[in-house]
Amino acid sequence: MASATLTPGAALGSQRVSEDVRYYEDVIRLFVIAAVFWGVIGFLAGVFIALQLAFPALNLGLEWTSFGRLRPVHTSAVIFAFGGNVLFATSLYSVQRTSRQFLFGGEGLSKFIFWNYNIFIVLAALSYVLGFSQGKEYAEPEWILDLYLTVIWVIYAVVFVGTVMTRRESHIYVANWFFMAFILTVAVLHLGNNVNLPVSLFGMKSYTFVSGVQSAMVQWWYGHNAVGFFLTAGFLGIMYYFVPKRAERPVYSYRLSIVHFWTLIFLYIWAGPHHLHYTALPDWAQTLGMTFSVMLWMPSWGGMINGIMTLSGAWDKLRTDPVLRFMVASVAFYGMSTFEGPLMSVKAVNALSHYTDWTVGHVHSGALGWVAFISFGAIYFLVPVLWKRQQLYSLRLVSLHFWTATIGIVLYITAMWVSGIMQGLMWRAYDNLGFLQYSFVETVAAMHPFYVIRAMGGLLFVAGALIMVYNLWRTAKGDVRIEKPYVSAPHKTAVGAA
Amino acid sequence: MARNIEKDALSGVETTGHEWDGLKELNNPLPKWWLYIFYVCIAWSIVYYVLYPAWPLGKTYTKGLLGWSMRQEIADNMAAAKAGQAKYLTAIAAKSVDEIQKDKDLLSFAMAGGRSVFNENCAACHGAGGQGAKGYPTLADDVWLWGGTTADIYKTIQHGIRADDGDTRATVGVGMTAFGKDGILTKEQVDQVSDYILSLNKKPADAAKAAAGAKVFEENCVACHGDKAQGSLAAGIDVGAPPLVQANWIYGGDKATLVETIANGRAGVMPAWAKRLDDTTIKQLAVYVHNLGGGK
Repeated sequence: MASATLTPGAALGSQRVSEDVRYYEDVIRLFVIAAVFWGVIGFLAGVFIALQLAFPALNLGLEWTSFGRLRPVHTSAVIFAFGGNVLFATSLYSVQRTSRQFLFGGEGLSKFIFWNYNIFIVLAALSYVLGFSQGKEYAEPEWILDLYLTVIWVIYAVVFVGTVMTRRESHIYVANWFFMAFILTVAVLHLGNNVNLPVSLFGMKSYTFVSGVQSAMVQWWYGHNAVGFFLTAGFLGIMYYFVPKRAERPVYSYRLSIVHFWTLIFLYIWAGPHHLHYTALPDWAQTLGMTFSVMLWMPSWGGMINGIMTLSGAWDKLRTDPVLRFMVASVAFYGMSTFEGPLMSVKAVNALSHYTDWTVGHVHSGALGWVAFISFGAIYFLVPVLWKRQQLYSLRLVSLHFWTATIGIVLYITAMWVSGIMQGLMWRAYDNLGFLQYSFVETVAAMHPFYVIRAMGGLLFVAGALIMVYNLWRTAKGDVRIEKPYVSAPHKTAVGAA
Repeated sequence: MARNIEKDALSGVETTGHEWDGLKELNNPLPKWWLYIFYVCIAWSIVYYVLYPAWPLGKTYTKGLLGWSMRQEIADNMAAAKAGQAKYLTAIAAKSVDEIQKDKDLLSFAMAGGRSVFNENCAACHGAGGQGAKGYPTLADDVWLWGGTTADIYKTIQHGIRADDGDTRATVGVGMTAFGKDGILTKEQVDQVSDYILSLNKKPADAAKAAAGAKVFEENCVACHGDKAQGSLAAGIDVGAPPLVQANWIYGGDKATLVETIANGRAGVMPAWAKRLDDTTIKQLAVYVHNLGGGK
């Protein structure tokens, strides 16, 4: 274990360089295209339903376009269609490189995943619009679609784990631990929450096997861990590969990555009951949900520390690389949401925040700020690599996308904070004789201006995404925009400024 | 196992000696503040487990030293709220609505309570402040179908209108006759009498049709709406027919709506609230509605 001072990036063994490893990139390109496509669809659906809340006439008086049916179209499109395709693209790209191995199962299995997963998404969206739903948040697809997804997911697990197991590196890279935890746990969650009894063999309708508060508990064990393992563990996998890659710096702390990995996955799985505070769920289960959420705060922040501190020594790159800026901002948003989450799980806070727009704002600071931003960063990294281009069409446009989207997010979450806290305070306002001060409809009327601001924030976010689509399109074509380059200027000292 | 520990040139920290696709890891220790806050969160949780219900044990669970339970807390809160209102509620239960109106304390209590209940239960149809909506009478004006005294309003709220209640106002399913649909009046006569009502309201109307309509009105409408179209209440008839000279029409006073009303009839329904709200609450509601502006 002799240590030697080496310059970063020096070759560690000549046999590695000479060894010719082929990577499968066709399917990664397809996943990237699908991710961008579904992202735009999902964001547009979000803006539309946000406008429906502000202006109910936009429900159009049709069952297919009513908020109740379009809302799961939005959530599934952004989480599973956009987020899912991003996860497939990034995980299957990075697992090959960090394992120095072609995808397990060859081209066929990963192509199978691509086509079938995206067909599943189209079928699920159609089923929502036509009125088929299990009525479980983020688990709306009916039993037949659940079975279809199970097959696809098992094959994904085989491809990913198979690639890791046949790796040509002695150790498993940290990103792959997170990806594997995500794949395995999502499988368990999906199976656990969809134990349903179909009404008939040829009908869509089914009923959940457990009922009452048990059913609610199973649903939020699933729902919270969909956030924890799909949107957190999976995207931390993205962070652990793409941030150090883009910053060209080593990961800050190996030890922290181990400790926060195990604590995160151990604690997250228990936190679901905090979605059911002050309900029929027994007190003891609520206590466990709350305390495990609070204990989860630091394990979550471990990822933020490792993401941000990886930039130490490379902070100057934030000035010149807007792609890295997306990644670092995403980690900052991740830190903010994972502080807000444990805070909101505390019963006294939850008594105010529960059922209000604050929850919606919290989810979106994570979804837009963390999930979408790290995805944008990874996509901007991947497209020039996958299409064999020297560089992106325009870094200035990436920067424009960054600021447009950031202002959109800030409008969104501040509007929802104000609206949600106002809503919560209005619900609990009593006069001195003990009567409620506001009726429900008065609280709805009071939220209207914030609904409008939220929709405007969403519009900015979509506008940013469209800028990205244009930029990626030109990049894939091989164009390079003639623009003022970002140059890293040396620090000017104040001496002699006068 | 080949490990190649190097020192990162920038930070001077050692790597773990592994590399994947050019990625390396530094061997920095856990940040102290991170670790200590993590411990504090665990300690806080353990204290919470000692104090509050926490861990399942077969069919029971650890109750916690404080003996707290969510159900007990809500029961206590409800009891405290009830106790705070007890002296008013007892007095309201014992008194008639007219007596409540005359007692300054009870009146202000009933107004506060009535407003709260009204906004949750009545405003959806009658509008906040009782301004009314199409099909739902305005409660803030002085036009009443079934009486505008507090006692009248109290009875209307209790038993509803055409509601499933033995003492309900009017008869279930029976309202204003559908003069056109039932073939009592011809299309032309419906047209004429609606012009007559427009003329009564000093709105533009066809004079010839209105003159003819006056006769139709006299033969068909006065029995309920009164000889001067003043409404059943003013005419002393107990059928709940609105006056036809007014500003706040229940369904609308324009020509098209009048024709529709006369042709198809109307039979508005209000639920009997005695089935959903307790008596002291309904008394507060009656006082509140009476004071919306139009009480007699």
